Amino acid sequence: MHMADALISPVIGGTMWAAAAGTLAYAARKVQKDGDEQKVPLMGVLGAFVFAAQMINFTIPATGSSGHIGGGVLLAILLGPHAAFLTIASILAVQALFFADGGLLALGCNIFNMGFIPCYLAYPFIYKPLTGNKPTQGRITLASVLTAVIGLQLGAFGVVLETFFSGITALPFSTFFLLMQPIHLAIGLVEGFITAAVISFVYHQAPEILQNTASGQPLGSLSIKKVFTVFLLFALITGGALSWFASSNPDGLEWSVAATTGDEELTAADEVHGFFAELQEKIAILPDYNFKPAVSEPVAAPVESGQPAAWPSVDTGTSLAGLVGSFITLLLAALIGKGLQVAAKRS
Amino acid sequence: MVKLESNWLDLRTLDELALQKTPIHQLGAGTKLGTTLAFIMVIASFSRYEVTGLIPCVFYPIVLITLGRLPYQLLLKRLLLVAPVILFIGLFNPLFDRVPVAAVGPLVVTGGWISFLSISVKLILTITAALILIATTGIHAICSTLYRLGVPQPLVVQILFMYRYIHVLLEEVLKTLQAYQLRSCHNSGIGYQAWGSLLGQLLLRTIARAQRIYQAMLCRGYDGHIILETTAARKKPDLLYFAGWLLFFSLCRLVNLPQWLGTFITGGLP
Amino acid sequence: MSHHTLDITDLSYTYPDGTAALSALSLHIGHGESVAIVGANGSGKTTLLSHLNGVLLPTAGTVNIGGFPVTKQTLPQIRRTVGMVFQNPDDQLFMPTVYEDVAFGPVNMGLPSTDVKARVTAALTTVGALELSDRPPYRLSGGQKRAVAIATVLAMEPAILVMDEPTAALDPWARRQLIELLRTFTHTKIIATHDLDMALDLCERTIVLANGSILKDGPTAEVFRNLPLLAQAHLEQPFSLQNCPLCSKSMGNNTL
Repeated sequence: MHMADALISPVIGGTMWAAAAGTLAYAARKVQKDGDEQKVPLMGVLGAFVFAAQMINFTIPATGSSGHIGGGVLLAILLGPHAAFLTIASILAVQALFFADGGLLALGCNIFNMGFIPCYLAYPFIYKPLTGNKPTQGRITLASVLTAVIGLQLGAFGVVLETFFSGITALPFSTFFLLMQPIHLAIGLVEGFITAAVISFVYHQAPEILQNTASGQPLGSLSIKKVFTVFLLFALITGGALSWFASSNPDGLEWSVAATTGDEELTAADEVHGFFAELQEKIAILPDYNFKPAVSEPVAAPVESGQPAAWPSVDTGTSLAGLVGSFITLLLAALIGKGLQVAAKRS
Repeated sequence: MVKLESNWLDLRTLDELALQKTPIHQLGAGTKLGTTLAFIMVIASFSRYEVTGLIPCVFYPIVLITLGRLPYQLLLKRLLLVAPVILFIGLFNPLFDRVPVAAVGPLVVTGGWISFLSISVKLILTITAALILIATTGIHAICSTLYRLGVPQPLVVQILFMYRYIHVLLEEVLKTLQAYQLRSCHNSGIGYQAWGSLLGQLLLRTIARAQRIYQAMLCRGYDGHIILETTAARKKPDLLYFAGWLLFFSLCRLVNLPQWLGTFITGGLP
Repeated sequence: MSHHTLDITDLSYTYPDGTAALSALSLHIGHGESVAIVGANGSGKTTLLSHLNGVLLPTAGTVNIGGFPVTKQTLPQIRRTVGMVFQNPDDQLFMPTVYEDVAFGPVNMGLPSTDVKARVTAALTTVGALELSDRPPYRLSGGQKRAVAIATVLAMEPAILVMDEPTAALDPWARRQLIELLRTFTHTKIIATHDLDMALDLCERTIVLANGSILKDGPTAEVFRNLPLLAQAHLEQPFSLQNCPLCSKSMGNNTL
């Protein structure tokens, strides 16, 4: 599933953006250094291939339903992790722009969930060791299915974490987890079997293609370690800076910290929360009408109810005024739109 | 394969819309990209219970859609295609967050419904903003701006290269699917017996194509480097546009305009 | 020695999978000649063309272009001399816009930007596609794509033009346009094609390939009147030489 802008906080979105950007820069340098000129057209055309192939419906036997592929594992097998990571990122970017799949702020999250995980986790740690240098039909099938399933489980878990820490939905962590993981087990199995079918076909028809990518990509653990370092470094720096900014504003990170206080990490989270609350009191620039209660009783309420107390008591006056105001604003917007249209036609 | 055809059509339409010459289209790509990102950031930064404060933000898409002469229908269609999954997640809010927070007459509204409404408004605003960006700017201009701003060349080349061949590959996939459907009785999708061979054949043809393109590149002196055109830097109207919207976004974010307006009109009476 | 000549001596090529595609093929093409290469599918046309700009290197024998042998070392020089128009323009037009695509070659040659611009404008003007400059390639018709693909090659100012099936997939009007365009070129032209009428229109000399060797090399008019030869090579007489289906009168002198 694509993360969406509507479900994400600026802190999480920004952090994942920076981490994705850092990793992309690293992967781009790796691909350039690799000096395989042939990869430029190959990456471009394979990206287009996966983009188009994602729209093919595959009938799932005995269910009557159909699924499709994401293609991350397939690209990693054909191109190696760095080039595949760049290719997936480009697919996601075009989808975010043209199809509004995910969104621009959530792009970093999506690149992580659907690019970083299959390319730098699932492929090197599951597919490579399982197939080795002498792939057989059985090994290819087993490895493809396992890689796709585990990759998608991790990706789905990424979605759960990112959504949860963004704190836009009220879904409890465990519920969302139990909702996402089984769905993605099914999706992963479909992805795995389709990938296995394609790789097996290529293995029989044109084995040299798989041979090239298998031998041409030296995959020391060192390179993967570096990727992780780059990713974490960018994530920590940006995440730290952004959450500091966001702490003046009691949504996003702080809310999710408050929400986790129901878990066993109570004391640590409490401290963090207390720190943020204090900080917030000092630099709050938005003592908005609806934030005040959260500021006045920041720690106690969440611990007791497991709910953020971010809303004032029922106040009919504000609600009515807000409603009337919103209605008038929308009317104004429509009028201005119409006016501009008329003006544009005249000019 | 209605889905593939309709997606391709939308892609081409958005691409075509970007060729227009309205005042919005003539602004620099960097300006529009920056404004869009700022807009989405501001939208995302609103509290999860904020609805009325978000409303003035609709001015942004409405003004751009009108001045940029974009068809409402296309944006609405893409919105409807993306919305269900997000709204499904959002619908859990009323289920889990049942604290009553507001009352309109006899109707008591829970926090969950408010936050669900907030997600819906955010969804509409962020999605239209992204579509407006591509429909008024075009992928090529966005990529050259990204390149100018220091995005690594391999990534920019990859996006452009892929976008170029998306059109070729979509056509090829579409033809393959039509050929499959004409000879299969069920229309719902590709049967598992053909999973590997159908996609595999397409893949092998694609790889062969990549090799031919590579040869064509070599014939014209390709040595591993692609030199991209860069666009000119921003001009005065661009700066004004960016600053103007930024000011407006800040105003929307800091002041709940509808609340003020409503209080003014209702005279602060309950 | 002129840049515009081509000498092939005892060229043989065997693909890595063991398929022998060309065997001991020799030919000479002089300055300004216009030569059609015809033959059945799999007769070796494309393999032969691939040797003319070093996409493939000979298994045995030599290919000399303008007096230089085609080897790994001479490839940059060879690729400036020989302009190759591929069969499928989609494979050749890979840049985001028509302008950038035509500029790709000159830019890689290291020309200063004013020269690049002049060359792009000249090449696009020649093929009548200057107004398409800002278009992305996927927004062109088949004929336009073909014209731009030729412009990408012209912009490199090659001495020899090599074309693989230039009229394939063109509608009759676009085909006619293309033939008239090619007629104006003074380059040495080598055209591999199944379009025998075009060969008759444009090329004074025709080489017939069969099973990787030259079956016949001679004046086009003569080759296309040799019906047994054409049958042996899985070819047919060009329509313009056949009897008119309406009045049964022969349009050309096809008596042997």
